[in-house]
Amino acid sequence: MLKFENVSTYYGNIQALKNLTLEIQKGEIVTLIGANGAGKSTTLMTLSGVVPPRSGRIIYKDEDITHCDTDLIVQKGIIQVPEGRHIFPYLSVQENLDLGAYLRNDKQEIKNDLEYVFSLFPRLAERRHQQGGTLSGGEQQMLAISRGLMARPEVLLLDEPSLGLAPILVQQIFDTIRQINKENGTTIFLVEQNANQALKTAHKGYVMETGKIILADTAENLLTNDEVISAYLGGA
Amino acid sequence: MKPLNKDLFNMKRLKVSLAMAFWLSVVTFPIMVIKINTINDTVIWRWGNLALIVILGLFGSYIWNYALDRMKERKGESNRLKETLSGLYQRLRSNPKVKKPVLAAVVLVIAAFPFITSMYSTSILTTALIYVVLGLGLNIIIGLGGLLHLGYAAFFAVGAYTYALLYQYFQIDFWIALPLGGLFAFLFGLLVGIPVLRLRGDYLAIVTLAFGEILRIILNNWGPVTGGPDGISRIPRPSFFGIDLKLQGSINLTYYIMVLMVVITIIVVRRLEDSRIGRALEAMKEDEVAAEAMGIDIMKSKLTAFALGSMWAGFAGVVMAAKTTKVTPDSFGLMESVIVLCIVVLGGMGSIPGILLGAFIFKIVMEYFRVFAMYRMLIFGAVLVIMMVFKPDGLIPKIRRKYTVEKEGA
Ligand SMILES: Nc1ncnc2c1ncn2[C@@H]1O[C@H](COP(=O)(O)OP(=O)(O)OP(=O)(O)O)[C@@H](O)[C@H]1O
Ligand SMILES: [Mg+2]
Repeated sequence: MLKFENVSTYYGNIQALKNLTLEIQKGEIVTLIGANGAGKSTTLMTLSGVVPPRSGRIIYKDEDITHCDTDLIVQKGIIQVPEGRHIFPYLSVQENLDLGAYLRNDKQEIKNDLEYVFSLFPRLAERRHQQGGTLSGGEQQMLAISRGLMARPEVLLLDEPSLGLAPILVQQIFDTIRQINKENGTTIFLVEQNANQALKTAHKGYVMETGKIILADTAENLLTNDEVISAYLGGA
Repeated sequence: MKPLNKDLFNMKRLKVSLAMAFWLSVVTFPIMVIKINTINDTVIWRWGNLALIVILGLFGSYIWNYALDRMKERKGESNRLKETLSGLYQRLRSNPKVKKPVLAAVVLVIAAFPFITSMYSTSILTTALIYVVLGLGLNIIIGLGGLLHLGYAAFFAVGAYTYALLYQYFQIDFWIALPLGGLFAFLFGLLVGIPVLRLRGDYLAIVTLAFGEILRIILNNWGPVTGGPDGISRIPRPSFFGIDLKLQGSINLTYYIMVLMVVITIIVVRRLEDSRIGRALEAMKEDEVAAEAMGIDIMKSKLTAFALGSMWAGFAGVVMAAKTTKVTPDSFGLMESVIVLCIVVLGGMGSIPGILLGAFIFKIVMEYFRVFAMYRMLIFGAVLVIMMVFKPDGLIPKIRRKYTVEKEGA
């Protein structure tokens, strides 16, 4: 459904993505793991049209979206939850979620989706009138994911959703990601540092190093791959 | 711990004030104390001035620091008086028995104003109203769009010169020039906005400032068309179905036009705040990355705010030209932009009543204190500093309105 074909992205003279090629099937959870600065966030930013690539193509549903503007890509159902919980600090939880549905007009459906995200994260329901900026880090991450869901994504891009969360919450977030994928058939592209959890959650995985894909396999195989174990799973 | 700072007398504060007074006397020494008599080549030492400065500096600094300490102490506590007042205000507001007569009285006073006061007062009030519109317009750009704009007077000039030039060369009537002035300012806003809005913060401020100056300089130097520094004079006041109104009548008419324009502006700004664009702008101001991820077109939103805000300056400019019957490039300099900016900041960014109050205070105080013309700017600067330290949100801060449509889960 979504394909990168030889995509190269630059920041000025620095090449951040080098001939990136990857593919995501509908209904899959695909994870992209790699060290700091490998280019994972850049991959998502390129896909979202924030940092357009210098060469290569991005194909979504047989359509070339390489040079679409961000708002158009969001309209097509590719929704990113950016790294580092970019929530609106002075808006309430509810208002944050409403903005997630900014491009939608189906009031009744929006209401249903609101109830749905509240069922996923009951903590948010309790705090719906609290200012976003006063939520705890974990709650902000829940809010960021929920706000992404409010846009009714076909493809949900998650950039390090477990960043800075307590182990128990990390577990809960990954469970919820699986749940979202199962219940709605949402395709999920998951960028993670927590390789172990990410690979247990995903169907397929890509390993990235300095802008290049060095490994691509099913998540199961990657979990037992020696290279991955020594470099990302901290095992011997 | 004993709240030392609350005491009126405090040794530390006294020391700070003494240092302050000393510093002040050193800094002002050359201009306040030394006076050279160039005829006799003698120096006059005005020691009296020095004493005055030391005393004033000491007291001023002491009071200033005392107020600062008081403010810090009170930060935690809630302000009882303020809460009671705002509660009372809310109750009165929602009580129809009070609301209706008050509203009727206000409308009556506004309507009858030209007949119960002098022509001079009406004229000043009209100017104040023009600045209300300017403030509200700039507020769309700064308060709503979060874009620091320092060249707003240029758009005011576009409106004024639209009418002036159209009248001079084509004898176009005020009523046709009015929408055209707004339109041209809007288009000029788009034109300037497209390249400029890619910049942020300080850079945007500098570039808008430059654009404002460029326009003023063009108006100043394009003599054959714009009349150069002399500008264009003998622009007719607003007409009224061809009836000869005399001077008094047309001044009153201008006043009513401005009242109407203020009302319309307030309605439009209100609607804009609640619209999709308003929501998008609010989101964008808080977090651009997140707003973009929500599918908000950042460039389009900024451009809309910029051009819409400029449009109001255009309208105001046409009325200004008709009111003063003369336009010169000097009336649209940087100072003008800064004044409008101050009105917005002083009154309370994003707050409509705040801007109303800001514009009135500014224009009316300035006008009636012409005697102190020399010190006006000095006083104004001092007031601004005091405001920013003690009331940074402005006189009437904006109350964030909720725009949630959904009811609590059933
Ligand atoms: N705006 C930018 N300007 C210049 N260089 C950038 C910019 N953003 C990222 N880079 C560089 O591009 C490279 C890839 O960065 P990216 O953010 O994609 O890494 P990442 O894989 O997401 O890392 P992390 O796991 O630490 O988030 C890094 O070397 C980074 O310094
Ligand atoms: Mg990253």
